[in-house]
Amino acid sequence: MTPLKVSIVGAIASFLLVLVVLELIRSRRLRERYALLWLATGIVLTVLAAWRTGLNTIAGWFGVRSYPPAVLFAVGILFILVVLLHYSTVISRLSDQNVVLAQRLALLEQQLRE
Amino acid sequence: MTESAATAAPPSVDPRLAELRRIAIVPALNEEHTIGRVIAELRAFDPGLDVVVVDDGSGDGTARAARAAGAKVLRLPFNLGIGGAVQTGFRFAFEHDYDIAVRVDGDGQHDPAQLGSVLDPVLRGEADIAVGSRFAGSAEAGYRSSRSRRVGILLLAWVVSRIVGRRVTDTTSGFQALNRQGIALFARDYPHDYPEVEATVMVFRHRLRMVEVPVQMRERGGGRSSITTLRSVYYMVKVLLAIFVGLFRRNVVPQEGTE
Repeated sequence: MTPLKVSIVGAIASFLLVLVVLELIRSRRLRERYALLWLATGIVLTVLAAWRTGLNTIAGWFGVRSYPPAVLFAVGILFILVVLLHYSTVISRLSDQNVVLAQRLALLEQQLRE
Repeated sequence: MTESAATAAPPSVDPRLAELRRIAIVPALNEEHTIGRVIAELRAFDPGLDVVVVDDGSGDGTARAARAAGAKVLRLPFNLGIGGAVQTGFRFAFEHDYDIAVRVDGDGQHDPAQLGSVLDPVLRGEADIAVGSRFAGSAEAGYRSSRSRRVGILLLAWVVSRIVGRRVTDTTSGFQALNRQGIALFARDYPHDYPEVEATVMVFRHRLRMVEVPVQMRERGGGRSSITTLRSVYYMVKVLLAIFVGLFRRNVVPQEGTE
């Protein structure tokens, strides 16, 4: 069984993540589109940390008997990987758009000078 | 060409409208087959109406077709999504000091002949924003769409109605008329993808007056809807999140000339 302290600290930390993300959206520093994955991460981790029997059962499915919180780490890392991969695609799109903008600007500048 | 056409305005043009600087904002994405007809219909409704087409990164001849039909064209260098495209039009209208704007989609869904009834509450000074609703009338005006989309529209209408405290029947309609205050608000702040729902809540939070006017919408003349069934679930979650978080924002009443 997961140590009680681990459950409490894990649940509080994950819940704080959710609150921070919501506050970032509210203050318009984070767009909803990019916040959804973070929110999913926070909510799933909060639930897994707080729902101790559930975490035990899930750990059992994966053959983790000695230390169920390892599943928390695994799920956390998985979500972080997904978020990073998502951001890589976002950065790729942004850099493509940046190229288009720079080219459009150069063409416009040349037209203006003529 | 709009100036010369204005002198030959047919008697059908509302005299209250004739003395205003007025513009139609037409967002379009790959709509080369319908955009010309939409512009022609707008001109038929009111020859003095300036038309600005916002081409949201189309891969076809939308911009060319729109120019050929006599519209001003704002070509976005890449696809911004409907919210970004529409806001470009509102910025244009704001910076060029238009008194009144209508928004009509480039796919032919919105019939410019019905603009008169959409404009009426704004011209009478009873509303800052008037929205053409498919569901405001008695029967559902023969509007057909997929079941999932319909459920989504009803759910959003219910949520928005609860939040703003009065009945809103069609939160996804882009068939709108706005006065200067409405233009100023949307030029400053407009939501991104699937924007009309959030915009509705925003309008009420800024204490602008909004009314719905029953209209009939036509089948899409061409192009594809930007919202597929799979994406609508994502949009639903995103929009609900945006509305919920938006409730905790301090609202700023828009003032002219702040930009």
